[in-house]
Amino acid sequence: MTAQHSRWTHHRTVGFGYVAISLAAACVGTVLSLLMRLHLTWPAWSLPLHGLILPEEYLALVTMHGTLMLFFVLTVAPQSGFGNLILPAQIGARRMAFPRLNAASMGLTGLALLVLLAAFFVPGGSPISGWTAYPPLSATALAGPGQGEGMDVWLAAIALFSLASTLGAINTLTTIVKLRGEGMSWQRLPLTVWGWFTAALLSVLVFSVLLAALAMLFCDRHLQSGFFLPTGDLVNGVLLQHHGDGSPLLWLHLFWFFGHPEVYIAILPGMGLTSMVLANFAHRRVFAYRLMIATTLLIGFLGILVWGHHMFVAGLNPFAGSAFALSSMAIALPSSAKVLSWLATIWRSRPRLTTPMLFALGFVSLFITGGLTGPILAQPILDEYLHNTFFVVAHFHLIMAMAGIFGLFCATYYWFPLLFGRLLSEPLGKLHFAGTLIGAYGTFLPMHLTGLAGEPRQYAQLTGGGSGPAGQLLQTTLPLQHGITYAAFFLACAQLPFLLNLVLTLRSHLLATPNPWSATTMEWASQDFDEASTEDKPTGLVTYRGPCHYSEDGVSFLPQWESGATSTLPPE
Amino acid sequence: MSPILTPPEIDRRHRAHESDNGSGRRPPTDKLTGGNGEGGDNWNDRPQGRRGPRERLSQVRMGLFFGLFAVLMFFIAIVSAFFVTRASGHFDAYSHYVNEWLPTTIPSILWLNTAVLLLSSASAEMARRSMFREVDVMDEWIGLSRRTSQRAAAWLSVTLGLGGLFLVGQWIAWDQLAAQHVFFRSNPSSHFFFLITIAHAIHLFIGVSALIAALIGLRRSHKLASRQILVDATVWYWHAMGLLWIFLFVLLEYGQ
Repeated sequence: MTAQHSRWTHHRTVGFGYVAISLAAACVGTVLSLLMRLHLTWPAWSLPLHGLILPEEYLALVTMHGTLMLFFVLTVAPQSGFGNLILPAQIGARRMAFPRLNAASMGLTGLALLVLLAAFFVPGGSPISGWTAYPPLSATALAGPGQGEGMDVWLAAIALFSLASTLGAINTLTTIVKLRGEGMSWQRLPLTVWGWFTAALLSVLVFSVLLAALAMLFCDRHLQSGFFLPTGDLVNGVLLQHHGDGSPLLWLHLFWFFGHPEVYIAILPGMGLTSMVLANFAHRRVFAYRLMIATTLLIGFLGILVWGHHMFVAGLNPFAGSAFALSSMAIALPSSAKVLSWLATIWRSRPRLTTPMLFALGFVSLFITGGLTGPILAQPILDEYLHNTFFVVAHFHLIMAMAGIFGLFCATYYWFPLLFGRLLSEPLGKLHFAGTLIGAYGTFLPMHLTGLAGEPRQYAQLTGGGSGPAGQLLQTTLPLQHGITYAAFFLACAQLPFLLNLVLTLRSHLLATPNPWSATTMEWASQDFDEASTEDKPTGLVTYRGPCHYSEDGVSFLPQWESGATSTLPPE
Repeated sequence: MSPILTPPEIDRRHRAHESDNGSGRRPPTDKLTGGNGEGGDNWNDRPQGRRGPRERLSQVRMGLFFGLFAVLMFFIAIVSAFFVTRASGHFDAYSHYVNEWLPTTIPSILWLNTAVLLLSSASAEMARRSMFREVDVMDEWIGLSRRTSQRAAAWLSVTLGLGGLFLVGQWIAWDQLAAQHVFFRSNPSSHFFFLITIAHAIHLFIGVSALIAALIGLRRSHKLASRQILVDATVWYWHAMGLLWIFLFVLLEYGQ
């Protein structure tokens, strides 16, 4: 527990480790999603070296795509990855509170990913019950090929992940509360830090609930208990042997008590970063800064009260449904306040449209588009029709997946000079942005339409449904399905300029100037701030004011670390 | 009596000046080792790493309490499932409402175990307090003796013994139930009895490991502050597990 003097426990090393984990998961998850699109559009297409994709294999693709992307990309990269890379510098600290614990939780996360990927190779293949693993079908190996060992492997991986996330969140919270540098009061914290803080609070609150649910599901699978299994349940013609009157709804309650805050854990750091980047490039203060802090905390708080809206069609008491509908729609208030603040911050400014700024604007756009369908789905009556259609897929991919990814790209372009001393190429970055934006909307906007037309989600095949009304209905969505698949491939290819950009920039010798974005937050205070430094001496930095002090005339700015002298903004 | 009342802050400044006048009347006050950021020096504004002798201790404590909060949520999830399951049933083929819940009779040895755990918490607290008794700590810090560490090690060993006794007692309770053919799988109520007691026993086993780590640390660690942190964190964890057990025990004894 003494001060750490090792590179392995240095927060940058740990942060890069997390980013590498989520990069690997993102690559696998993307390939899986493309396979799903291919199968949906051309069911007769056979995967080279594998053959035809069977219905259960399609479900395995759905499960693994969801698990990889939600846990290992959207939770790991913004919260743990960039949290470790940037957070200490941004609060004027030299390290995280518990470096060894930090390294251990990174290792556990990596182990969890390996265990999860092992599910592809166990007998029966990977599990098929979705990332939500609803019982009773997740509670017995009778339910399908992947529900035996594959499901056990999945349970182990997610249990490890829960443990790692809890430990990581403890570290983040203690760091923010205890290690803030001189003068860094709570109100001077950048909104990114508030995002990480709220997300870490949620992690501590909900991941152990998931762990408890996983333990109980494990007992149901192997110890003949019936926590989540109703009496006399038949699966594939076999009566399940267990005692008790369990209820699958109990799993849904426990899972979504975790699951809904989980999506806020994924998006809150991105919200904070968007606020800061918009203000940075618009050369404005963040509009209503204290309100933005309050809305961050309020979104976190309301986020733990809304889990029931995932269960409207699962047999929830209608009165409970009304309560959850109200709390879900209440989240629209702080969310709209955030959107209005983003718009007010850039209103009539003349922003520098750099790549990070573009991605932040893209975040706002996707957040609005995806958010508008939120209050629709929060109505039990409307949700009854829409819940099992692609409308929901469109909703959460826009607001969580795409907005989250845009937040990650924004972070990458914005902090690249800080992490590698080089600026990513702007032309390539803008090409990347344009392609990603078009691909994101092209893929997920039409899903609203197919969903409204009645296309069910998690169905392996849309064609061959016979000549009945259902078959005809699905036939009408097929042209759109083709378009969605092409757009998905376009979206994947749009990432190639980004990879090229990374390679070219890392090989170039053109170094960035200190503070190239004229940023005001502490991490830009000095370039050699914690370059390989593992010593535990004071940073010598003092925070004098809140972030984003740009003058009204847009000529000069005051960084957080300058005692009084203003710096002049570079000419456009 | 002086007609002029001295405001407290002036009084304090006055005393700070005369603190070390060489008369030997009071020990020299050094802000770095004094306490609580007196004299307008708010330690929270100092650079990280320079915030007083208890800086690392308070960090570890805060981390531990966040962790204990997560543990609490784990048990809250299980206990809420307990209440849901206790209240649920089904209709059989004759439209009779059937609730399969048969309360598990709690072996009376659990009362004894609870008493043992309470005693262990007391001895753990003795260890923790002895790590912070100022006169002895000063001796140990200077290097005159290792009295605090030795005393704490003795109390921690007592705690370790009592903790081990508790775990053995739990084992006997499970054994007694098994002898009456009450197993984990028997009944919804027994699911929860075993799930709760075993989950708690695992957490207590982590506490036992922490006690052993603290005992090793007391011998091996060169820094007094590290030894204090080890004992303090272990004991707070131990208290939390004791408190949790009382809550769970009351639930199992009276809540079924």
